[in-house]
Amino acid sequence: MTQESYEAMWESLNLDLSAHDGLLGVLGKFYGDIYMSQQGRLKGMEYLDFVLSEVHGLRIKELLEAKAQGRKIIGTFCVFVPEELALALDCVQVGLCAGADAGKEAAETLVPRNTCALIKSFVGFKLARLCPYTESCDLIVGETTCDGKKKAYEAFGELAPMYIMEVPQTKTPAARKLWKEEVLRYMATLESMTGKKVTAEKLAKAIKIVNDRRRVLQRLNKLRATVPTPISGRDVLLINQISFYDDPLRFTGAINALCDQLEERIKKGEGVVPQDTPRLMLSGCPMAVPNWKLPFIIESSGAVIVGEESCIGTRNTRDLVDESGQTLDEMLDALADRYMHIDCACFTPNDERLENIESMASELKVDGVVQYTLMFCQPYAHEGFKVEKRLTDHGTPSMILETDYSMEDVEQLKTRVEAFLETIK
Amino acid sequence: MMVLGIDIGSRSIEVVAMRQGEVVEKRHGPTTFNPVQQINHLLEGLEAQMAVATGYGRNLVQELSLGFPVQTITEIKAHGLGAHHLFPKGRTVLDIGGQDTKALSLLPGGRVGKFEMNDRCAAGTGKFLEYSAQIFQIPIQDFGAYALGGDNPPIINSMCTVFAETEATSLMAQGVKPENIALGLHLAIARRTVNMLNRVGLVLPLIFVGGVAHNPCMCNLLAEQTKTKIDETLFVPKEPDMSGALGAALWAQEIVAETT
Ligand code: SF4
Ligand code: SF4
Repeated sequence: MTQESYEAMWESLNLDLSAHDGLLGVLGKFYGDIYMSQQGRLKGMEYLDFVLSEVHGLRIKELLEAKAQGRKIIGTFCVFVPEELALALDCVQVGLCAGADAGKEAAETLVPRNTCALIKSFVGFKLARLCPYTESCDLIVGETTCDGKKKAYEAFGELAPMYIMEVPQTKTPAARKLWKEEVLRYMATLESMTGKKVTAEKLAKAIKIVNDRRRVLQRLNKLRATVPTPISGRDVLLINQISFYDDPLRFTGAINALCDQLEERIKKGEGVVPQDTPRLMLSGCPMAVPNWKLPFIIESSGAVIVGEESCIGTRNTRDLVDESGQTLDEMLDALADRYMHIDCACFTPNDERLENIESMASELKVDGVVQYTLMFCQPYAHEGFKVEKRLTDHGTPSMILETDYSMEDVEQLKTRVEAFLETIK
Repeated sequence: MMVLGIDIGSRSIEVVAMRQGEVVEKRHGPTTFNPVQQINHLLEGLEAQMAVATGYGRNLVQELSLGFPVQTITEIKAHGLGAHHLFPKGRTVLDIGGQDTKALSLLPGGRVGKFEMNDRCAAGTGKFLEYSAQIFQIPIQDFGAYALGGDNPPIINSMCTVFAETEATSLMAQGVKPENIALGLHLAIARRTVNMLNRVGLVLPLIFVGGVAHNPCMCNLLAEQTKTKIDETLFVPKEPDMSGALGAALWAQEIVAETT
């Protein structure tokens, strides 16, 4: 990392330089241990290594350059916030979900201790002045999903420019109507902030850009269905994570190139692991950078991950926005419809999720499912029971692991994962 | 030729040596602060063809330069195999060890179906009892017998070792008979354990293994709470803490049989 040259930039963002150095140090070490140590990675992965090494460097520089040109930076925490609107107004949207323990103590002065690690992490990053993305944002968009986030945004809103979208909790026609209105209200906010108007032409282009990114991730997921799988689960998780902050066009191009390489590999019958390696799918809460703990444990226990049923995974990429709309109104309807398909555990009922998990397990030919729940996450912990039952009926072994970002339970988790693998072998 | 099973737990290490399907030697000792040295010490003079290590410290064997191949399995699998070997009729296994409690359901042949483990803290494990015994200043091996002297246990709500101590001392201050408090502490574990057993789907007979199965009060309470009868629907081996090492030795035997 070319750290020195960025120090002035970080300083201008008012980061706590020494704490930030510490964070980068940990991130670098983690990345080395967990990613660079992998065997048989493809050339296309260099893109990932580069983007990650420049995660707080070059990409932030780009954001600041965009800002200097008058473009607005929008930060989000949830896949419900329609990126298409931001792009149609020439904004840059970045995901702010955080996956590190840093700032936890500080966060606990603003949110209760029994709050999930993801929330504590973004609050902590803000309080400890660790995240250049958060500090670059002109607007941070929250949403009414789980209670933990809703209330945390109230506290967060005192520290940052915050806007809240109301995400309904059911999928009734009334809920759909509310959501459409929320999309319009958000659009109006962005329009007045940027002084620009969303036009049919711009929105069509934005829809295409975001759909293309979803398409390339769908392509990647299809390739993983091959036995033996051509790419590690860790790498795919990283790709999904990077999709939240890299430029969408560049990302789509790089991942398409990677998929070409994967296809060649598949043609040669080459896998990243031996043919008989147990194939697992992760399901549940999102895993934000650098939360690679569980995938690393699983893949160093002799299994390979072939699917992520989560928001940093298929929940974000499964559905496309219908591109047939001609008028702005039609497009906005298509947009609202697409987002209403998201099968987040904050909805009740949420039976689509069970269907989706079952079909993913079949398509990806998994030997087992690991349900991952962040400690204190009520919505996903509740659905864990249903998912387990559904998978049992489907004949797919599964286990539930509840954890957070700390490292103290690594040995315990290893034992559980290994024991699970022993039962499915 | 001989095979070895080594169970490296947080509190103690057990070794079982088998030849032609028969256990020929058993050894055990405390884990100490230098487990590697302790393992070496326990293995002295044992010439084996193959060893399987299990338990919390199973990966430590990689640091030993033993003259024979060593593989590892988890304590879940090891206890499943060991318990099944001792009581082939058993369908569910409960292991309460030094720092872990595990419940597992057995499929025919001793394979593990479902399993549950306590989470990261030592609540409801051997450690909890050890800690409690200290409050009473009673050696841990006598604590169970002492608790059997109780007849009217108070409800202890806390399963956290630290809070349970507070609860116990305040009960003492209220003049509750110490034997009853001791019984109450045992009961707290038994109750919690039953929850865990229910989560894997308790099917009888139940096999109770691990160091805590030495404790007569725990055995009685477990029988009471699971509505089982000792030696009929609840089996406790004579040396319950050897079952992990036994399972590991059995697995070593299987590996040898497969490769020769
Ligand atoms: S899990 Fe639900 S609340 Fe969290 S990012 Fe996904 S959609 Fe949003
Ligand atoms: S992981 Fe669960 S508790 Fe945490 S923010 Fe997401 S939905 Fe809320």
